[in-house]
Amino acid sequence: MARHVTTRRKAINTAAAWSVAILLFFPILWTILTSFKPEAQAVASPPIFLGFDWTLQNYIDVNDQRDYFRFFWNSVIIAVGSTVLGLVIAIPAAWSMAFVPGRKTKDLLMWMLSTKMMPAVGVLVPIYLIFKTLGLLDSRIGLVIVLTLMNLPIIVWMLYTYFKEIPGEILEAARMDGASLASEILYVLTPMAIPGIASTLLLNIILAWNESFWTLNLTVSNAAPLTKFIASFSSPQGLFYAKLSAASTMAILPILVLGWFSQKQLVRGLTFGAVK
Amino acid sequence: MSTQSSRAAARLMLSPTVILLLIWMIVPLAMTLWFSFQRYNLLYPERSGWNDFANYTRFVASPAFMSAIANTLILVVGVLVITIVLGILIALLIDQPLWGQGAVRILTISPFFIMPPVAALIWKNMFMNPTNGLFAEASKFLGLSPYDFLGQAPLASIILIVAWQWLPFATLILLTALQSLSSEELEAAEMDGAPAIKRFWYIMLPHLARSITVVVLIQTIFLLGIFGEILVTTNGGPGTASTTLPYLIYKEALLDFDVGTAAAGGVVAVVLANIVAFFAMRAIGKNLEG
Amino acid sequence: MTLTLRALLGATVSLTLAGAAMAETTITVATVNNGDMIRMQGLMDDFYAKHPDIKVEWVTLEENVLRQNVTTDIATNGGQYDVLTIGTYEVPIWGKQGWLASLNDLPADYDVDDLLPAIRGGLTVDGNLMASPFYGESSMVMYRTDLMEAAGLTMPDAPTWADIEAAAAAMTNKDGEVYGICLRGKAGWGENMAFLTAMSNSFGARWFDEAWKPQFDSPEWKATLDTYLRLMTEYGPPGASNNGFNENLTLFQQGKCGMWIDATVAASFVTGADSTVADKVGFALAPDNGLGKRGNWLWAWSLAIPASSTKQDAAKTFINWATNKDYLALVASKEGWANVPPGTRTSLYANPEYAAIPFAKMTIDSINSADPNAPTVQPVPYVGVQFVAIPEFQGLGTSVGQEFSAALAGQKTADEALAAAQALVTDEMTAAGYIQ
Repeated sequence: MARHVTTRRKAINTAAAWSVAILLFFPILWTILTSFKPEAQAVASPPIFLGFDWTLQNYIDVNDQRDYFRFFWNSVIIAVGSTVLGLVIAIPAAWSMAFVPGRKTKDLLMWMLSTKMMPAVGVLVPIYLIFKTLGLLDSRIGLVIVLTLMNLPIIVWMLYTYFKEIPGEILEAARMDGASLASEILYVLTPMAIPGIASTLLLNIILAWNESFWTLNLTVSNAAPLTKFIASFSSPQGLFYAKLSAASTMAILPILVLGWFSQKQLVRGLTFGAVK
Repeated sequence: MSTQSSRAAARLMLSPTVILLLIWMIVPLAMTLWFSFQRYNLLYPERSGWNDFANYTRFVASPAFMSAIANTLILVVGVLVITIVLGILIALLIDQPLWGQGAVRILTISPFFIMPPVAALIWKNMFMNPTNGLFAEASKFLGLSPYDFLGQAPLASIILIVAWQWLPFATLILLTALQSLSSEELEAAEMDGAPAIKRFWYIMLPHLARSITVVVLIQTIFLLGIFGEILVTTNGGPGTASTTLPYLIYKEALLDFDVGTAAAGGVVAVVLANIVAFFAMRAIGKNLEG
Repeated sequence: MTLTLRALLGATVSLTLAGAAMAETTITVATVNNGDMIRMQGLMDDFYAKHPDIKVEWVTLEENVLRQNVTTDIATNGGQYDVLTIGTYEVPIWGKQGWLASLNDLPADYDVDDLLPAIRGGLTVDGNLMASPFYGESSMVMYRTDLMEAAGLTMPDAPTWADIEAAAAAMTNKDGEVYGICLRGKAGWGENMAFLTAMSNSFGARWFDEAWKPQFDSPEWKATLDTYLRLMTEYGPPGASNNGFNENLTLFQQGKCGMWIDATVAASFVTGADSTVADKVGFALAPDNGLGKRGNWLWAWSLAIPASSTKQDAAKTFINWATNKDYLALVASKEGWANVPPGTRTSLYANPEYAAIPFAKMTIDSINSADPNAPTVQPVPYVGVQFVAIPEFQGLGTSVGQEFSAALAGQKTADEALAAAQALVTDEMTAAGYIQ
């Protein structure tokens, strides 16, 4: 970084950037804080920022009413399962589009994206009937299949833009050495592609975790993930702000923490080949 | 450079994805098309049979249809404008040297991780609620009377919520793009005495064009389908002020359980989405080349 | 002693029935996230002690999501649930479709004749009991006794709408954030339209005449909507067009409402521990206009078995446990009489301990004054007090509810909203074949 700035300028930048960041983060922070308040203080006027009677009661109540970890595990299995399955299917496809492009490759990519244009609610009944026939209702495997197919275009595209940045000469060189296709993929391509695959994985886990139409409509109890957990807290009777906040925090925290820790990889992956 | 055999291998590797997506597209679409010409209401199993275009005329002639299309477009364009404009400004700010850049980035990206129903519930109850929300408390503190966001400006409020969710996405892509801009070029311009505005307009913005294209493309795909946030916050109202096309289809499918009309609505939505996509692609497609 | 005997007998019966297959049966029970249902989930130890061979899997959801999931399942014969929580709106429609299993053969200790007649009538289709009521409710006026006193007014036990308006005007103090009246404004057939349809009955209005012609162009509906809008804009809280049951409950508990006309089950919440005004609440019948009908509704959350369920015996055992007199006694012994699910059984209101509760009498009087089979002043072709028991009503009620909430938000005038409602209901009813 060759730019030099005065300390004063840097201080102003810092203040401005932190203000924006805190403003954007504030709704989440407020939810987390509210989750530790007694119900009566959660709606106190004027609002209490920190000086309330901190309590864990809301978390205990929420967990008493619903077995949180069952929903949590379903979310994990469905999000990770659909992402891994998606990667297994998409990696060869993205590889071949990136290294053996045809005239139609761009059109093919656009077509794949366009499959996401069908409004989910319009095809609910057809999908529901298919699932019923196949016995996939309320099963994790059924949701894994739906979410895989739903996110497949995004996975393919992300991987494609990544693989395209891998210089073809390296492959040529490997081929000169007589490497087979398999070893070409295994020893040359894979190490270079790992960062791209990692960030694709992360983004799709997030998308699958937060998917809240199919998960709500195709599950009952066995496969119900956290979106269903939240749906039972959205409008109970009586004061509910604190309990709603606790349930919300429990639903978003795992993915928030994952996102924070993998922020660097994620940012790189999010660019969709937009940055050259 | 590619040989016959590698072409064949490439096709082989591509085929699972293509076949799966074809099935995923064609089977529901075919069933939806079929249903869209049927009398099919879940609550009236005894009424069935071919229905010509009655479902289509019913859906398109419903008084909410035109406003639903307008609302859908306003929602998509509104969120795009907000996220791109603010995204560029925030990216420019974070790109400056500052203390705690990593932490700032973590806080800024956070809204992207929040489940849509949770985001909608938080905003509705804890911020926009005119009696207990924080916005109401803030206006009371300033001596103003609380504003009823979801009642008086339902669509704008939903745009605000959705924009909050997508702003991190736009910011991050644009930030990464900014960081790849060579600083020599900027410094040269600075030496030449080009004012900041000019540097932004003639150097940065063209450099960002490709990223903006991607933001528009990806966000449009997701935004066209938004209805969960509407369901949680306003139920499409008051009146039809925040009814979008997906919400209208939802109403047919899961309130009226009229599968036929909902299917017709689905087909209409696909056709419209593809028209939008077609023009969007043509307008911005060249930015994606290369 | 009788209990042990019954348990022994029950065990023998189930043993003989189950025969070789003594395996545990798991039933899936879908329910709404209301307080009484949540309480039941906390009392399951009692059920498991009596029926160790049955395991219950709970699916608890917010009302609208529950209705979507359950309707989709039952209409496609998905068979994913063994017990459903549904209301008096669904039971007649689903019962007619043959989607529900009859509950005529519940054991004698269920005592079907003890059910409140109005509630039982609403759950009976062609002479068969199709669902068993878990709790029943009507609506009534809840008001702040301290504010009424300060205003020098007394609330009659059976007020008129004029009384309500006068009281609302006297109690409103917007600077002090006390609003004279809180009513539902959120669009939805089970939200603002439940209230407004019940209210319209007391103004002599009706949804349809006997030829299924919509009546929103009638002076009675105009009077209903005008009164509602006047009350809410002059004395109501801000943002009322997004307030449903729960939002209003929160407001009332915080002491921000002078009056609230809503479900009788709210009585135990506004007088409960979460309420800041628990000892200052009075109750009155829903208002009328002297036309012979009051503005109160009738609803019962009830347990039913889908005809597609393969575990009907276990499901019936569960329903008998959850809606039996013994269950009421169980709740009373653990949580006190005030927390017993109300509005289902005559014997509960004959119980002197229960009658001592402040809202018990007003609840039963409210329930008894609603008649789903003759809900309006003028004759109508439909059943239902605050709804019209036809499948189209969910969609119709919600669309009309949106028009009326737009009027409440000030985006439309009452006349525009009524004209729009009349047009859209006429369209739908013509398309559905009711109007020839």
